[in-house]
Amino acid sequence: MPNNPLDNIDQVHLEVFQEIGNIGAGNAATALAGILNRRIDMSVPKAKIVPFDTIVNLLEGPETIVAGVLIDISMDLNGYVLLVLHLRDAAEIMKLALNSDESAESIVARALSTGLGEIEYSVMLEVSNILAGSFLSAISSMTGLRIVPSIPQLSIDMLGAIMSIVAIQYGQSGDSVLFLDTRFSDDAKDITGNFFLIPDYESYKKLIGTLGID
Amino acid sequence: MGALLVGIGDMKVGRAGDVITTLGLGSCVGVVLYDKSAKIGGMAHIMLPSSKGFDASNRAKFADLAIIDLVNLMGRAGARRGALTAKIAGGAHMFSGKADNVLMVGDRNVAACKEILRLLNIPVTAMDVGGTFGRTIELHTDTGGLNIRTVGAGQKMI
Repeated sequence: MPNNPLDNIDQVHLEVFQEIGNIGAGNAATALAGILNRRIDMSVPKAKIVPFDTIVNLLEGPETIVAGVLIDISMDLNGYVLLVLHLRDAAEIMKLALNSDESAESIVARALSTGLGEIEYSVMLEVSNILAGSFLSAISSMTGLRIVPSIPQLSIDMLGAIMSIVAIQYGQSGDSVLFLDTRFSDDAKDITGNFFLIPDYESYKKLIGTLGID
Repeated sequence: MGALLVGIGDMKVGRAGDVITTLGLGSCVGVVLYDKSAKIGGMAHIMLPSSKGFDASNRAKFADLAIIDLVNLMGRAGARRGALTAKIAGGAHMFSGKADNVLMVGDRNVAACKEILRLLNIPVTAMDVGGTFGRTIELHTDTGGLNIRTVGAGQKMI
């Protein structure tokens, strides 16, 4: 039986992974601030290896209704980028980006009854595209690795159901996942999002390897 | 009488009056087994169809191992092997994008669970599977009813 590769991860490598993320996060914050026309802070990314239970218990637990946007990445790096926002915070983003008079609460209520409008979907996808694109392009120029993001997919549903995709990807080799978590928030702190870069294990090794660390 | 919570890649068995819950099933599958006369119920939150070639130190993750273990656990709790019936929920396709192995795992999980239950001769009396939405499921061990809650697709008892 293969052992869980995550058991052998070196702390130094994890810090390198985190440092790579830091460069991506700065780039992404600037891009997001541009669309929302306000100051956006990105936290220093944290590289983590945590049990499945931890990732499905973020925010208010597995039943928290979130907007989850999944982008898969391919070429030299394989894995996922996942943006997870409390639905209320996603509604704030839609409101800001569309300069809408409708309250965030009303957008949430609509999302849960009749569903979001096409333009609101587009806004969420575009925000995710810009966040992921700016994040990944910084990593790409630093490492020389080619990274191709897919078209984003949006799902408004329970956090547990969305995060299970990540757990399943890593579930074949162990009971924990490896990811880079960056939180972003605006000045007023009424928008907080979680941005995850989840490489598969081979890609993680490749990423570390490009920096001459083995 | 108690509330039992089943985590991801986990299983629990309860007796009459217990309610066994797992929260936010996406592509994962919840398999419940029930012995009506003993009022003993069990639930597994399964993540992957098969353990072949993988590290199986946590058996509850894999359909092929979890269901067999759940049957044994039910037996030890006093359920009769021949009296067991099953219900299956989950196995959704949360993102409609590229149909790769990970994203299509919901369908494969459901198929694997059905096949293993067939091999074990345990009849599946109800299913609520597939779709593009998550599910929270609760097994009421006094009736065997499985309550299913969703975000956009309502609530039902199977």
